[in-house]
Amino acid sequence: MIEVRDLKKSFGSQKVLDGITFNIEPGESVAIIGRSGCGKSVLLKHLIGLIRPDSGEVIIDDEHITALDERELLKVRRKFGMLFQSAALFDSLNVAENISFVLRRERQLTQKEIDERVEEVLEMVELPGTQKKKPSELSGGMRKRVGLARAIIYKPEIVLYDEPTTGLDPIVSDSIDQLIIRVRERLKITTVVVTHDTRSMRRVGQRILMMVQGKIYAAGPPEEIFSSEDPVIHRFVNGISDPKEEVIF
Amino acid sequence: MPIVRKLNHGLLTLGQMSFLFGEIMRALTRRRLNFKDLLYQLYQIGVMSQSVVLITGAFTGMVLAAQTYLQFHKVRMDTATMAVVSVSMLSQLGPVLTGLMVAGRVGASIAAELGTMKVTEQIDALRTLATHPVDYLVLPRIVAATIALPLLTAEAMALGIGAGFYVTTVLLNVDPTYTWANMLKYTVPNHMWGGLTKAVFFGAAISLISCFKGLNCGEGAEGVGRATTQAVVMSSITILISNFFLTLLVGRILAP
Repeated sequence: MIEVRDLKKSFGSQKVLDGITFNIEPGESVAIIGRSGCGKSVLLKHLIGLIRPDSGEVIIDDEHITALDERELLKVRRKFGMLFQSAALFDSLNVAENISFVLRRERQLTQKEIDERVEEVLEMVELPGTQKKKPSELSGGMRKRVGLARAIIYKPEIVLYDEPTTGLDPIVSDSIDQLIIRVRERLKITTVVVTHDTRSMRRVGQRILMMVQGKIYAAGPPEEIFSSEDPVIHRFVNGISDPKEEVIF
Repeated sequence: MPIVRKLNHGLLTLGQMSFLFGEIMRALTRRRLNFKDLLYQLYQIGVMSQSVVLITGAFTGMVLAAQTYLQFHKVRMDTATMAVVSVSMLSQLGPVLTGLMVAGRVGASIAAELGTMKVTEQIDALRTLATHPVDYLVLPRIVAATIALPLLTAEAMALGIGAGFYVTTVLLNVDPTYTWANMLKYTVPNHMWGGLTKAVFFGAAISLISCFKGLNCGEGAEGVGRATTQAVVMSSITILISNFFLTLLVGRILAP
């Protein structure tokens, strides 16, 4: 279970998270939504301890991770898989080496077992036979799939997705959404997706948390959020700009 | 108060570097070093620096021999030429010039590689994969540079002395027997040990500074560029300044 209590974070004078509190139950699928720059990705990185908060708590399965040092955090991170916005593949390694990175470093499996696991996850993300390719030879959608394969090969309990469909065409975005749902159902994992893609959030989120100016502005099932009459939520989910906001060209 | 701010920034950098060094020592004592990663870095730092170091060593020895001969010839001390060349190559020019060349080639490459990994979130990805960046990225580079630099320095020393000897005896026609005898008379093993001790320190300093700059680089291409420049400049300055203090320290320790 993920518990976040009164999380606050500023970068210089800019307040990014301003007292965030929520819980995510095991097996739940949550979409964190909000406009670009509202602090969604920063919040996601707090959940896995990549960023330390100024104050507040992040508790993973009753363990207060904000108090842990980097080496202690490594053990907690074993429960997580994370797909980055840019996929963040290691460009000096090929696809198979990227995916099997953790398994090779742990040295608990034989090379044959590792190869089988790589093949299995590549099948799951629909990229069989790409083991020898370098990340530079892959398209944006393929890179995200490899990133996801790398995040799930060691069977984590929680998978975090940072803008999984950003920069992809609608067809590839749809296939990534389907993949997120398939992975969730096959591996029975907790899923946290940060996105501003309304189609994606409706599809992958069983519950939606909407962030505005560093706070949780609204929370609820997708139907409730999408039918909300609150002007801020309505404008966001329907992609309507605020006429009062100044647009600088 | 820009001076106070600069001083604060300098102290902060030193403090952060000390923490990184502490983390490296912690990783080393917990045997986090992967032998394959170390071999790869030894190849990158040691083998790939061969041409640079060989040219530097050879031409430094040759220039030094020619210049020393031109001065010594005036006072009829031609056969003492190689004594100067060998002592200089072993105790100062070998380690310092090799250090500076490696700082330029390897320091820049380490800072640029780690910096690019940072701005493309690859270091964050590493952390999410339960791998400490110090164990995977920093430790093999530090250990490899600390091993490779004395070896490269030894090569530069040998080549510099060899090339200097060739210039003195073949090109400048100085008697080889007296040149050889004088060289051995004024050169002691401690000149070489002192130079190699400095090289160990320079190897550790170059890799520590470059890893630190790479891991702490700013955003985007500009950040990577700045980190790379700073890594080379800071490593080179560290080599030049520390060389003075190391000369005094090593001279005191190895003094007969």
